[in-house]
Amino acid sequence: MLHIINKSPLSNDSLGSCLRVAAPGDILLTEDAVYAATVGNAFEGKLREAMGRFKVYVLQADWDARGLGDRRIEGVSAVDHGGFVDLTISNNCCQSWL
Amino acid sequence: MSEGAVKKFMFVNRKAPYGTIYALESLEVVLITAAFDQDVSLVFMDDGVYQLKKGQQTKGIETKNFSPTYRALEGYDIEKLYVEKESLEARGLSEDDLLVDVTVLGRAEMGALMNEQDVVLSF
Amino acid sequence: MKFGIVVNEGPYQHQASDSAYLFAKAAIAKGHEVWRVFFYHDGVNNASKLTEPPQDDRNIVNRWTKLAEEHKVDLVVCVAAAMRRGIREENLAAGFRISGLGQLVEAGTKCDRLITFGD
Repeated sequence: MLHIINKSPLSNDSLGSCLRVAAPGDILLTEDAVYAATVGNAFEGKLREAMGRFKVYVLQADWDARGLGDRRIEGVSAVDHGGFVDLTISNNCCQSWL
Repeated sequence: MSEGAVKKFMFVNRKAPYGTIYALESLEVVLITAAFDQDVSLVFMDDGVYQLKKGQQTKGIETKNFSPTYRALEGYDIEKLYVEKESLEARGLSEDDLLVDVTVLGRAEMGALMNEQDVVLSF
Repeated sequence: MKFGIVVNEGPYQHQASDSAYLFAKAAIAKGHEVWRVFFYHDGVNNASKLTEPPQDDRNIVNRWTKLAEEHKVDLVVCVAAAMRRGIREENLAAGFRISGLGQLVEAGTKCDRLITFGD
């Protein structure tokens, strides 16, 4: 399953809930959720811990829009919108954690 | 109304009622999906568990109390209602506080159930 | 692949409609079909032809209209949500149509994937 998160984990628990409940799979961080993948943010430890179970991606356009440059946590991959489409296809189902 | 194969639809309710419209709208889609003879599951987790709290009285906010609808779901053959255990506990609630019979699942069981679905709609 | 898309939020307030549009465009660019976009909740406001953003801003409504015209995307606005918010046939932008929630369920049953964009 592809889990799509669009909220910053510093102000909303969507990512936290996803990590608590979801079975291992892919996570795509879009919109304000991309902040979760930045070095030094307070959620970094939790995301790193989850990366053993989940493959984590950020949407490049959302990352760039927020000026995050080279702050991406190692092991998190960036995808463009075409990559987003591919992720929805390589997974049988996707869930947006709104 | 049905045509083709039956898909497994899961509705994940994570928001409290009344503060936003999503809980009410989720119920609308659930009823229509059942009318299409699809396999319907409802999940209540995070603040979504508050949707099932007994004793809702909405007169004072001049809004329709839609909580009785959860008890009517059985009449539409919608019987798979799941509540996540930790969400319930984190809110100081137990099954006795809920207005309808549910299946309480641990987080791993919930995650496994989500993975079995064809379509997941989150509200 | 056949995609269905759900847009739950209005234009300009949330990024949801922009994200959905960019996803739809990318899917089409890769040769996939975007069969239907269903506008629900405040998402129905994406269908107002009265929308008039400042000239230096993107026109979210026109973008959807153009996508529908060029790629035969079925843009469906939830009737109950639309009525509640004053979206009617007379102010509906080109390419959109108003219909019931059954259209959302149908997108779930007929599309290979259903992707939701919301808040």
